Amino acid sequence: MKKKLYDLAHSRAGDKGNTLILSLIPYDEADYPLLCEKVTPDAVKHHLKEIVLGEIIRYEMPNLASLQFVCHQALLGGVTTSLSMDTHGKSLSYAFLQMEIEV
Amino acid sequence: MIRIGSGAGFSGDRLEPAVILAEKGELDYLVLECLAERTIALAQQRKNRDPNSGYDPLLEKRIDLLLPILKEKKIRLITNMGAANPIGAAKKIMEMAKRKGIHIKVAAVTGDDVLEHLDGQQEVLETGKPLSKLSNLLSANAYIGADALLPALESDAEIIIAGRVADPSLFLAPMIYHYGWSVDDLDKIAQGTVVGHLLECAGQLTGGYFADPRKKEVPDLARLGFPFADVGPDGTAVIGKVEGTGGFINLATVKEQLLYEATDPTGYLTPDITADFTTVRLREIGSNQVEVSGGRGRPKPATLKVSLGYHTGYVGEGEISYAGPNAYSRAVLAGEIIQERLKDQFPDLRIDHIGVSSVHRTYFGELREPYEIRLRVAANATDSENAAIIGEEVEALYTNGPAGGGGARKYVREVIGIVSTLIPREKVQTQISIQEC
Repeated sequence: MKKKLYDLAHSRAGDKGNTLILSLIPYDEADYPLLCEKVTPDAVKHHLKEIVLGEIIRYEMPNLASLQFVCHQALLGGVTTSLSMDTHGKSLSYAFLQMEIEV
Repeated sequence: MIRIGSGAGFSGDRLEPAVILAEKGELDYLVLECLAERTIALAQQRKNRDPNSGYDPLLEKRIDLLLPILKEKKIRLITNMGAANPIGAAKKIMEMAKRKGIHIKVAAVTGDDVLEHLDGQQEVLETGKPLSKLSNLLSANAYIGADALLPALESDAEIIIAGRVADPSLFLAPMIYHYGWSVDDLDKIAQGTVVGHLLECAGQLTGGYFADPRKKEVPDLARLGFPFADVGPDGTAVIGKVEGTGGFINLATVKEQLLYEATDPTGYLTPDITADFTTVRLREIGSNQVEVSGGRGRPKPATLKVSLGYHTGYVGEGEISYAGPNAYSRAVLAGEIIQERLKDQFPDLRIDHIGVSSVHRTYFGELREPYEIRLRVAANATDSENAAIIGEEVEALYTNGPAGGGGARKYVREVIGIVSTLIPREKVQTQISIQEC
């Protein structure tokens, strides 16, 4: 069965220059291993292919039962010079949560 | 134990949460973090026009509300509202205090402005090119650390006003001062930095920027309470807020904020430390109370980051809406018309369909015909006259474009770009200057 990340976890987006930072925090800490297994950098890169042009690095944080994704070349140049509507990419946490995984 | 409150998370933040914290929070220190990357470049621009300005635009409003309470409750204020002119900000505060008949001692912290120390050889981190290639440099501010605030704390100044201090350092400084931590005590400095990082965005720790109806409900966001931390001698802290205020604090809100903007959670860089968030432990110990401990540190970076503001021209924007049957196709047609007319003159022309794909720059799943849609066009231009063409062309869709266009708006704004470079620490000398009345 496929499930959206939105049903399992929450996320906040941050930005540094042209880099987008996405957290992934399961509502139930018991789902952390499942997210580690399914939400790989490659899978996220595939999901966000229209948005993230560069490399995606994933940090595992078992102490917080959370994942952090650092996505390079993702903000059309960055907050100060981007022509995008959402120059910070703040709304992109919900683009991420649209991703589906097999559970 | 000391209690440090966070009364603002950005320049434009709400005013009254800081007042509530000061009145009812039993604080030792109140911190107001009001400086984003671009804010200081804009402040420098104002200072260039008027040497007495260049501090935070809301300084007077915030100080007017807070000054009598700070004095009465003996709370010390630490803020980066000095922006490009901490001394000018201190003078303004003295002026206000005199008018109110309040005796006050203010310390201005300067030295973050390093524009004079740059010789053009420094590498711009974002482009890899030397700084001299960047025309129209407007401001250069080094991120200074908690050490720059310590002389001001030792001076007994009641208000400490600085410019580009790194956000977590504003909170770390009173911990170092109060407990006499060595700046080489890496784990304490790291743990204090973790607490500072959690507090720096104020309401984002107490349920602000968190709510999602039916999924993540947050009570009473209209009266969101801002956080404070009770920090113990080893840096272990309990995050709380004033009873009766809106929002909440739990593991979920604290996790979201801890990870916010951390480009490397194994090595979060500040002027004070390289902090490891992967050792942090969080524990809910009561209603709206989360204990934070366990941050570990490695030595601070050898260089300081410098934020560089530069003029990069103008942006022109235009918007127009379509609604009802076939609205999306009419908006798409309008965009195609603009594209055909402007693409040669504005090669980076951006066309967005608000209501479909404007903020994510794409959409996921199946596209359903929206009831209404807004076309938005934007492009860069070297001057404001050329930038204005974008809005003018969108407005002209009224009589030259698809049927039923309405609500056209046009905007032109100047763009200040921000990039960064690194500078050796020894090139940055900070000072304090005291004013008293």
